[in-house]
Amino acid sequence: MKGDVGTKKWGIGRIGMYLFLTVISLFSLFPFYWMFVMSTRHSSAYNSIPPAMVPGDQLKENFQKVLDMIPFFQSMFNTLIVCLTVTIVVLLISSLAGFAFSKLKFPGKNILFFAILFTIIIPPQLGLIPQYLLVAKAGLLDNLFAAMVLFFLNPLGIFLMRQYVSESVPDELIEAARLDGCSIFRIYRSIVLPIILPAFATLGIIVFTSVWGEFLWQFTVLRDPESYTIQVALASLNTQFKVDFGMLLSGVFWATIPLLIVFLLFNKLFISSIAEGSVK
Amino acid sequence: MVSLDEKQQKKRRKGFSSQDMKEMLSGYLYISPFFIIFAIIGLYPAIFSLILAFQKWNGMGEMEFVGLNNFQVILSDPLFWKSVYNTVILGLMGTAPQLVIGLILAFLLNLSYLRFKAFFRVTIFMPYITSMVAVALVFSVFFSNNETALVNYIIGLFGFDPVSWKTSEWGAKIAISTMVFWRWLGYNTIIYLAGMQSIPNELYEASKIDGASIFQQLRYITIPLLKPFIILTVFFSTVGAMQLFTEPTVFLGNTAFSRDEAMTVVMYLYRDAFKLSSFGTASAAAIVLLLFIVVASAINMLLTKRLGRDRRET
Repeated sequence: MKGDVGTKKWGIGRIGMYLFLTVISLFSLFPFYWMFVMSTRHSSAYNSIPPAMVPGDQLKENFQKVLDMIPFFQSMFNTLIVCLTVTIVVLLISSLAGFAFSKLKFPGKNILFFAILFTIIIPPQLGLIPQYLLVAKAGLLDNLFAAMVLFFLNPLGIFLMRQYVSESVPDELIEAARLDGCSIFRIYRSIVLPIILPAFATLGIIVFTSVWGEFLWQFTVLRDPESYTIQVALASLNTQFKVDFGMLLSGVFWATIPLLIVFLLFNKLFISSIAEGSVK
Repeated sequence: MVSLDEKQQKKRRKGFSSQDMKEMLSGYLYISPFFIIFAIIGLYPAIFSLILAFQKWNGMGEMEFVGLNNFQVILSDPLFWKSVYNTVILGLMGTAPQLVIGLILAFLLNLSYLRFKAFFRVTIFMPYITSMVAVALVFSVFFSNNETALVNYIIGLFGFDPVSWKTSEWGAKIAISTMVFWRWLGYNTIIYLAGMQSIPNELYEASKIDGASIFQQLRYITIPLLKPFIILTVFFSTVGAMQLFTEPTVFLGNTAFSRDEAMTVVMYLYRDAFKLSSFGTASAAAIVLLLFIVVASAINMLLTKRLGRDRRET
């Protein structure tokens, strides 16, 4: 079998394969390690040749500088509130609509469903200016509700929930409940909801991580530092004329750690959720 | 077939009962939140943008209808075309390598005899959970203008002169496409991997018996069968690339809107609206962007659809 790099036990091909994967892994990991190193070093370490590659003793000092620059904990808290609220609202809207589209009969169902799917292709920037004006007019600038409201719209969530309800909730079960005189809302609450809880984890992870990293909209509507989400707060660290790199990366490091820990703990669920959310 | 007929008969017999009515109302009620919110923050702003594109307006005072003037203004603005050029180049540099290497990685991670699979999968995916802002900031330190910047040190080892990454035409583009590549590589790898796991193993085994090499397997089995997944990632990447904003803006910091090396179309329209208070031209730019996205997606779809066509006619 000429050229079959995969099968020879420790041939050149296989060593090359592991080498390639290792290089890519190191490339993926290095920025994490390096932001940790820099967050513990005085910014003068940045000018040293060869570059600093081991942690120093400025962990506390650098983070103190971050706290002097931005309301770090307030921003993290704001982000958490925004992410949790959006996630819960999206789960509710999507599961109700997914249930309706999958199990209830009403005229225009298919057209309405395709209308929702169609909204996926509208780029968010198209409405950015009127959305901003709308928020400004409602007096909601610097308000966390404004930072969330755009993300309540999640056509993909409705699509996923419809798929999941169709696949996992048998029609007979609903028919039986109906014969027993269950109201439609009770069918949703007592039969559908418990069955689709695993899908809540999938969609919840997708929504939470995407809102966590959101920037453009919040950068547009949040101008008061007290209302900043962490992404807006971090970005503001880089607008000084002379940036203290140790401080900057300390902020990035401590803002990255919480989600990183959650990811490492539940990495299988994370990866499969995000793959499933895109592939379905 | 029989059960379907039965159902229809039952329906006819029952006619339009109050239970059907209730079901119908519940249906509309349960899907209504999306449509209500969409009407307010999706549809209305989109229509308003269309109108605004034909007006002159600074956000205060009266609007003034100016016909196609806004489009004329932006289409004759060299900076607008520079931003289009930047967006396309950054899109190609950031996404093309990502998709190719992602495909190779997924193929390797899918090999049955690969060891440390879980480790490789987690590390390669890890960049995805950082935020775009975090990535842009870390890379802004890697790629600083400083002579001692890490990347300058590394290229110095190979005998190259230090580069002013933030203020040179190709420096800024290389830095930004590197961070896009870094963050999205694992994401695309995972999608391809999910696609590859749906390809039956027998196909590979049969091809092995026929003496196919690993590259032939990739070429004649994996890629053609993976086509729907490749189309998906190409679509996502194209749309994402056309909307690039966060990485260049955060990477450049306070010079983001005053230099043109990395200004993208979204940055251009953001600058028009929020730095220059020219809402009309900004809306016109948004509409031109929408057209670009449609065209770019269509072109990429057509190109991707032709992948491996000589092999499998569908």
